[in-house]
Amino acid sequence: MTYLSKTMILVAGLALAACTNPDRFDSRGGANLGGGAGAGLAGSASDPRSPAYFQQAIGDRVLFAVDQSTLSAAAQATLDGQAQWLMTNRDYTAVIEGHADEQGTREYNLALGARRANAVQEYLVSRGVAGNRLRVVSYGKERPIEICSNESCYAKNRRAVTVLSAAGLGS
Amino acid sequence: MMRSLLTLLAALMLWAVPATAQQGGPLRLEITEGVIEPMPVAVPDFVADTPAAQEFARSIARVIAADLTGTGLFREIPAEAHIGRITSFDSPVQFADWRAINAQALVTGAVSVDPAGRVVVRFRIHDVFSGQELGQGQQLVGPRDGWRRIAHKVADQVYMRITGEGGYFDSRVVLVSESGPKDQRVKRLAIMDYDGANMQFLTDGAAIVLAPRFSPSGDRVLYTSYESGFPRIYLLDVASAGRRVLPTLEGTMAFAPRFAPDGRTVLYSLTQGGNTDLYTMDIASGASTRLTTAPSIETAPSYSPDGRQIVFESDRSGTPQLYIMAASGGEARRISFGEGRYGTPVWSPRGDLIAFTKQSKGRFHIGVMRVDGSEERLLTASFLDEGPTWAPNGRVIMFTRESQGPQGEARLYSVDITGRNLRQVPTPGGASDPSWGPLQD
Repeated sequence: MTYLSKTMILVAGLALAACTNPDRFDSRGGANLGGGAGAGLAGSASDPRSPAYFQQAIGDRVLFAVDQSTLSAAAQATLDGQAQWLMTNRDYTAVIEGHADEQGTREYNLALGARRANAVQEYLVSRGVAGNRLRVVSYGKERPIEICSNESCYAKNRRAVTVLSAAGLGS
Repeated sequence: MMRSLLTLLAALMLWAVPATAQQGGPLRLEITEGVIEPMPVAVPDFVADTPAAQEFARSIARVIAADLTGTGLFREIPAEAHIGRITSFDSPVQFADWRAINAQALVTGAVSVDPAGRVVVRFRIHDVFSGQELGQGQQLVGPRDGWRRIAHKVADQVYMRITGEGGYFDSRVVLVSESGPKDQRVKRLAIMDYDGANMQFLTDGAAIVLAPRFSPSGDRVLYTSYESGFPRIYLLDVASAGRRVLPTLEGTMAFAPRFAPDGRTVLYSLTQGGNTDLYTMDIASGASTRLTTAPSIETAPSYSPDGRQIVFESDRSGTPQLYIMAASGGEARRISFGEGRYGTPVWSPRGDLIAFTKQSKGRFHIGVMRVDGSEERLLTASFLDEGPTWAPNGRVIMFTRESQGPQGEARLYSVDITGRNLRQVPTPGGASDPSWGPLQD
């Protein structure tokens, strides 16, 4: 099986509610990945070792300015927290998903999302996270989390999301 | 999965050709830049020569008329206005009846179903005012479920004989069929006739698929899929719907694949370490060659028809712009200098124009420019237009138009290269990323 499928199986095994759509076409392929299914991860946000804590207390995503892939001070602070958590919880690997808003052509936005994901990966590595625990993928404008067509939504869609999975399950 | 390929026998029939009739004939429609008054054309129902042909006699005439009027170059004179009746294909046409309603061109035909169950169509194209045939009558034969293709072939002949240019009706489009809400959109690879008929799915929607491209002969499709969890390039055989992933390095993303004109090489984008560059791959061996090395984004490439040059999109200047380089790589020259951002360049089949997507002042446009970047002309404007693809004759462009907001949906549109005749292409649901295939044999 592929890396992603295993991730989904793992998520299902943790009895999570991330994927509630019974449509078979959404059953894999990452329809909900990075979609900010906030209730998604196991454990309590009050347990600092839990993925839920990573997602909610530290923050699993950073946002970018239009067309940019540079990390703001706020983004760097979030990523410092992510790095620290990943260094402490070495059973986890992560896929960093880069995304763009809809104001751009499809293929350019794929490349732009990859730049954003890569910026996060490089930052986490610079903070001590082993590079082989991190993979990057870009969804371009294919998976917006907010669906309105104005800046309030676009700002949230220009993101890189660090999606955890248990180590050893990767391809 | 796919319908069997048609074996259309385009046998030239040599009956009843007036000695004076010239190929092309006196009736001529020049496609020019100026405003065109559509040519009035009559397409009465074809004559059913056998009882089993009854069901096709009207449908074939309707498809021919829809093809012709869909170009914006022809106007159909409706059946209610007809005075003359074509009751026998071989009887002389009473041209006075068609002159009286001001038809300039008249298409007549007969349909029969032969003992093998094949549909046999004979047709003639008439210049009403000279009372002569335009070119020779023709006979087309195909399977029952191929009757629309036969109609498209007749319409292609009408278009060709009257405009002097190749048609584009007997062609197919590969596209991405879209359904579901914007944040969980299901995308399936699909194929359809150029007019939206006969749509068939090629993938099941389990994984995101993007930006397919037809091979030059229309037998294969390249596309990007997230089937593995990461974007990779797949090669699909249209007849069998069988597919395979093209080899790319672990930990990279591969997308934006295009066939070279020889059909043996793939030009694509590969992202490694956040940097996207252009590569080519020999399909047979899987061996890749890197063409660009800049730290900027290089993507959305397109070969010139002779395969010697590549136009592509790069943000090396700070914003996405269009560049041309040799097919082997090397130095590139920028060709887009207008205000705004340029992307998705596609070289026209004639080689003289490049179609592109432009973003300027919050709007998206489809446009064309000459290969040297001159004579830029914007053909459309909307909230989001992108991804042009050329009709086989280089006269029409199809593209994706996405509407705004939470209920936003993608649809296909076509427009001719003068900016006239903007039309939505009918699709069963949402649709994006069209790639227009060649005229079929």
